[in-house]
Amino acid sequence: MSLTNTSSSLSNSSIEKRWRRATEEPAWLRLSLILIALAFLGLFLVLPLIVVLYSAFSQGLSAWQAAVTEPDALAAIRLTLLVVIIVVPANMVFGVATAWAVAKFEFRGKSVLISLIDMPFAISPVVVGLIFVVMFGSQGWLGPWLYEHDLKILYAVPGIVIVIIFGTLPFIARELIPLMQQQGKEEEEASLTLGANGWKTFWYVTLPNIKWGLIYGVILCNARAMGEFGAVAVVSGRIRGETNTMPLHIEVLYNEYMFTAAFAVSSLLTGLALVTIAIKSAVKWNDERRQRIAAA
Amino acid sequence: MSIEIDHVNKHFRDFVAVDNVSLTFRDGELTALLGPSGSGKTTLLRIIAGLEHPDTGRIRFHGEDTTNLHVSERGVGFVFQHYALFKHMTVFQNVAYGLTVRPRKTRPSKVEIKQKVMRLLELVQLDWTAHRYPHQLSGGQRQRIALARALAVEPKVLLLDEPFGALDAKVRAELRRWLRRLHDDIHVTSVFVTHDQEEALEVSDRVVVMNKGRVEQDGSPEDVYDHPANPFVYQFLGNVNLFHARVHDGIARIGDVQLPAPEFQGYKNEQGQAYVRPHEIEVFAQREHDDALHAKIELVSVVGPTVRLELRTDNSEELVHAELAKHRFRALGLAQGGDAWIRPTYSRVFLPDERVSNG
Repeated sequence: MSLTNTSSSLSNSSIEKRWRRATEEPAWLRLSLILIALAFLGLFLVLPLIVVLYSAFSQGLSAWQAAVTEPDALAAIRLTLLVVIIVVPANMVFGVATAWAVAKFEFRGKSVLISLIDMPFAISPVVVGLIFVVMFGSQGWLGPWLYEHDLKILYAVPGIVIVIIFGTLPFIARELIPLMQQQGKEEEEASLTLGANGWKTFWYVTLPNIKWGLIYGVILCNARAMGEFGAVAVVSGRIRGETNTMPLHIEVLYNEYMFTAAFAVSSLLTGLALVTIAIKSAVKWNDERRQRIAAA
Repeated sequence: MSIEIDHVNKHFRDFVAVDNVSLTFRDGELTALLGPSGSGKTTLLRIIAGLEHPDTGRIRFHGEDTTNLHVSERGVGFVFQHYALFKHMTVFQNVAYGLTVRPRKTRPSKVEIKQKVMRLLELVQLDWTAHRYPHQLSGGQRQRIALARALAVEPKVLLLDEPFGALDAKVRAELRRWLRRLHDDIHVTSVFVTHDQEEALEVSDRVVVMNKGRVEQDGSPEDVYDHPANPFVYQFLGNVNLFHARVHDGIARIGDVQLPAPEFQGYKNEQGQAYVRPHEIEVFAQREHDDALHAKIELVSVVGPTVRLELRTDNSEELVHAELAKHRFRALGLAQGGDAWIRPTYSRVFLPDERVSNG
């Protein structure tokens, strides 16, 4: 809109000083802001992405395929997907429940809860890993009890899942809390007065209203769950083919100077993240198209 | 279906929202709960709906105790001030919602639902919006859809929380007349909350004036306006002038003006306050009556067909508001800054310690 305005009025700007909208900046400022943003994105987002893809395929498709189908790589991929399948739903339940509680009820300790939710972001992942080593390790608080009952948490899948759940805890809740607070509870109340029970109200009214916040939170949570490194490195024990997730596997390859293989697995990890974003865009596009058709 | 409110109390922390209220809404009646913000009217409405639970007291629908019945089982239609339409559903889906969420056993067939929804949309004159989304409608249209949605479940009582509060003046006036006609057609027991006295007086069969969680007065619109029970109701329902008055043997004196005050028969020389509405003050250009009070006209404002005057009398510090028809104002030849004589024609006196009888 503003761009077309400028072009059409450029011709008479030489004759008289052009009137300018209160919030409109001069052309040079707009242009340089846009250029800075684009240059920044190109340098820090697009370029690395190209480098990853270029390096991954630099020795051809067969080398890439060999790198990602090798047994240790497959094990890492399987483990990563398994972790995601457990972590994302768990955090969805936690996120929705927390946001619901914060937005719709008044209770003691609410502000403490809100600030606690951010804690996983504030603590370094390595420290998170160490916290759980202290708790579950053989010398730790629960270690002897776990050993007696033959439960393996550290250096096994449960430990990895726990630290990743901890690290990704805030994503969905953070996304939903402001959204649900802003929406209030009138629509839910309307649904209840119309005879719907709590579950139907949640399913037909609450969930559709928070859909986009939830999807966005899931994407962030998913990306972080796949990519989590520090905490997993501490608690997994880095057993090749067993407790190495994709990021850990990539690091192993890199340390062993297998650069092409490292980049091949990296490209796959990046690809998985891109796929989730593509799915979100497709769902959104489809949703908007349906609304447009209904409106017409 | 009648609604009985029996000694209901509700407080939020140390704020008393509803203070020992008992009321009965008769079957088929349209009642306005009128009061300033914070008077507890909305809380009372939400207690009737089951959206809030009273601390003590009972709610009965047609004699049946519903105090502990969940809101979804009460069979109330609730209309919210900000419509609370489901944003992601079409108008049709919104109105059909109450029927489609029923358990399979009691749910009408798709065809029946469709017929019913279309009939309701015709009733609110918005059948052409069935496939639109709420955000594509104006405020007035949204509120009519909200009403159709509430009526779809055939509620036993209809509760409306400031239903026209978010609309502009013209749409408000249209909608409230429309609501009155609708109520005359369907006759469901209805309670609506408002802080707008004009709205309450125009629409309802009965007005309940609330203040600070209590019922101040309960009566027909005419009764409440013409015979306010206490100073609060007097001041809340329209503008009013206060004069110092002396009551003696059934007569109230404001300056030299004597007005009948039969409820104070037998009182001797009591000081009180006389409440006089602006249209109950006669204005003269000359001193036609010996007892008229002399005043200066400080401000003249013409509001459509009526003229409002602000006058200052010789013996009072306070402004007196008077209202008269424009043609009368012209005939008198009054002007801002000029002299005038005023004379109350009717007053209601309240003694400071509220020793009043409801006359």
